[in-house]
Amino acid sequence: MLAFVLRRLWQMLPTMLGVVLLVFVLFNWVGGDPAYILAGKMSSPEAIANIRRQLGVDEPYPVQLWIFVKQVATFDFGQSWATGEPVGQIIASRLGPSLTVLVPLTVLETLIGVALALAVAFVRGSLTDRAVMVACTVGMSVSILVYIIVFQYGLAYQMGLFPVQGWGDSLGVNLLRYAPLPILIGLAVSIAPTLRLYRSFVLDEVHQDYVRTARAKGLPERRVMWVHVLRNAAIPIITHVMANLPALLIGAFLLERFFGIPGIGREVILAVERSDFPVIKAVTVCVALATMVFNLLADLLYQAVDPRVRLA
Amino acid sequence: MSAVPADGGAGLWMLAWRRLRDDRVAMVALGIVAAFLVMLVLSATGLVAADWEEEVGVNYAPPTFVGAGPATAAATAAAVPVPDNPFDPLAQDLRALRAQLGTEQTAARRASLPFGADKWGHDIVKKTIKGGQTSIVVGLVAALVAVGLGTLFGAVSGFYGGLVDDLFNWFYNVFTSIPSILMILTVAAVLQHKGVTTIVLILGLTGWTGPYRLIRAEYLRHKAREYVLAADAIGASAARKMFAHIFPNVSHVALVQLSILAVGFIKAEVILSFLGFGVPVGVVSWGSMLNEAQNELLLGKWWQLTAAAVAMAVLVTAFSLLADALRDALDPKVKP
Repeated sequence: MLAFVLRRLWQMLPTMLGVVLLVFVLFNWVGGDPAYILAGKMSSPEAIANIRRQLGVDEPYPVQLWIFVKQVATFDFGQSWATGEPVGQIIASRLGPSLTVLVPLTVLETLIGVALALAVAFVRGSLTDRAVMVACTVGMSVSILVYIIVFQYGLAYQMGLFPVQGWGDSLGVNLLRYAPLPILIGLAVSIAPTLRLYRSFVLDEVHQDYVRTARAKGLPERRVMWVHVLRNAAIPIITHVMANLPALLIGAFLLERFFGIPGIGREVILAVERSDFPVIKAVTVCVALATMVFNLLADLLYQAVDPRVRLA
Repeated sequence: MSAVPADGGAGLWMLAWRRLRDDRVAMVALGIVAAFLVMLVLSATGLVAADWEEEVGVNYAPPTFVGAGPATAAATAAAVPVPDNPFDPLAQDLRALRAQLGTEQTAARRASLPFGADKWGHDIVKKTIKGGQTSIVVGLVAALVAVGLGTLFGAVSGFYGGLVDDLFNWFYNVFTSIPSILMILTVAAVLQHKGVTTIVLILGLTGWTGPYRLIRAEYLRHKAREYVLAADAIGASAARKMFAHIFPNVSHVALVQLSILAVGFIKAEVILSFLGFGVPVGVVSWGSMLNEAQNELLLGKWWQLTAAAVAMAVLVTAFSLLADALRDALDPKVKP
């Protein structure tokens, strides 16, 4: 077990190095000279030379790469070009609002998705099953933009059920007042693909021998589905949830932008608009790291759910 | 490689087509996708909607089935005569200009259009067709780039194996550890030029990982097959074995990936254009239409939003259903 974790952590190193290299090449070679972006339109040669010296971009590439590697290793990504705030501080302060929306969203999505998937798989092949699947396909085809625009206009602006946008200081106010509508929209968008996927996971299990055995020994159908099938379908479901967590963090960027939620996603869009490279670099590296860690956690969870899985 | 199939020499594609033809949903979806593609060709060649920027209606002209609204009445009554300033040296010119403008407005602009008009009086139907042209071209070309790259990498990686495979796998791990939307935004931040080519590049360069994984697995399976060994024996080069011999046998995977990615990229283009990282000002796409429609909705002008949203939803639904049916029809494991 410990050997497994250590080896997986060791294997992360080359991938992490690759991410650092990729980000470095993207921003330093493809991205052009940051001094020109920073100096803006009214730039004199002296001003640009000055900025170049401050940023350290007049150093040779290997030296710059080494600086970046050191930044990643110490989690000190320097300062935002736009506001001068330390990047680490920006990310830390934006994490809370993002999680306030995303944690309830993920929990609800998983619970509703699993319950519906089991119900639909139970009546597989029936008219209900097919109708739900068609509805899912249509629901997935409507752009998230349309959901946001229509829900925000209809439920918040016209009917006044929710605030149109905004964000408070206390967790309670945010959770009860500002987060519900973004969460509702997030659910409307994500439940269809989730349901389709989980249904296929459940259907993979329904035809297994152990299900026939469970039925044969006279277990009620409800128990077969909820205990036996669910326990086995849990592995791909866990993988899916864990693998999606880091992507979710910025995946909700449209929600955060529309509802004025000061989270990571909105910060990334702002940074892209302002060419604020330190912030984008830092978020990219952090999210990549989070992805790897969550993948490892998913593997560890496997064993907890299914004793047959051996982590070698 | 093998004997002639039992049913009179029908190959994989023929069998797949037969299976597809029996699927009524798939045929309807195929018809809808084909209709959109015909529209795309007509629009690109200028036969349809070339004059979408003409101001044919009054501002926000409502759809015909709604009837002319109060806003329209106000717009038509706007031609209030302005008294001339006797000391104005340009009075003569101004009068002429005003007369010209007045006649043009009353002569050309209609109070309502079949599906309404936008802020400038552009016909929504033509605008939706033109916007669809941009969105679909971006989606299809970007999907072609992504599947092309994925196929090339997957072929080389799977065929050669060893160190080459390790290198590509490392590259794959690096790319997939960054969520695609963040990857897209990162590349958008780096490529400062906005334009249709840029957005195709962004989506194409970040979307190769899915096809790569599947194509690589297929090449691993196929490279030790007898027909490849036979090609080797008659002295075929590696490139020939990879692309003339193996590729036709795995091309169905590429085709299915192409249709799946095209759907994803059409949706992604809309979001990128909406955020202002996509098509430049002056080019209309479904994303830029939704962007305009967001403010119009507050004025109660819902038709542009509806037109763009419905057109896109219909195409994407049909495309997804077709992709599902294609996957089923082309899966060699499913026997007819």
